[in-house]
Amino acid sequence: MSTNAKDLQNPLKRARGLGSAQSGVSHWWTQRVTAAGLVLLGIWFVVLVLGLLHADYATARAAVAKPWNAVLLVAFLITAFWHAVLGLQVVIEDYVHTRWKEVFLLVAIKFLAVLGALAGALAVLRIALGA
Amino acid sequence: MADTRRPLSPHLQIYKWQVQMVTSILHRATGIALAVGTLVILWGLLSLAAGEDAFNQFKICTGSPLGVILMIGWTWALFYHLCNGIRHLIQDAGAGYAISQFVRSSWLSIIVSIVLTLLVWAYVLTAGGAA
Repeated sequence: MSTNAKDLQNPLKRARGLGSAQSGVSHWWTQRVTAAGLVLLGIWFVVLVLGLLHADYATARAAVAKPWNAVLLVAFLITAFWHAVLGLQVVIEDYVHTRWKEVFLLVAIKFLAVLGALAGALAVLRIALGA
Repeated sequence: MADTRRPLSPHLQIYKWQVQMVTSILHRATGIALAVGTLVILWGLLSLAAGEDAFNQFKICTGSPLGVILMIGWTWALFYHLCNGIRHLIQDAGAGYAISQFVRSSWLSIIVSIVLTLLVWAYVLTAGGAA
């Protein structure tokens, strides 16, 4: 901790704030909330896929195009990519000790996850809207 | 890391292997595997949106011997991460921290995930051919 005016804060004041990472427990909490969502969405997704095991193209497309399936699929994709980023972030922070590699990977997984979620959502929308 | 002279806690090879170590390590490993697996789900949806040829290509790849092996691996990874994730959520709520409960719930995660994987793949294979 550097010696600046901020250090004149009462330690209790600092402890009540968001901690040294400045983000408090938001990472931890979001990981749990997305996990709880994925328990439900994950089981639903497995059931959906098992129901479509030997479906031909038209049947699979029609299943994804159903409004509820489309909504839940987009929810599943966004939640899965979000949860994946939060988890991979911790793994990278734990094991990658070269700072520039760590920052590069942390940014790269966020780019990939956002791209993946957007591409997946667009694919579901194209199917659902018949484009 | 900059300062390697600081005291380090004993590393993995010092400890006797316990099931709680295994479940913890597997949770990370399956998490990383599932992050990659999410990209396969994305591939499936993109190919479904792209057209019948692309979707058939996807089905050929996932139905190939290597594809099936990977799919079985991802099925187990999903069920393991799901079971152990629920276990962690229960522990986050403050329950199940006695050592005996910890060991029992660890084994439960492993066994239930294997049973679910066997059930799903028994269904997949008896329903005729692979996914």
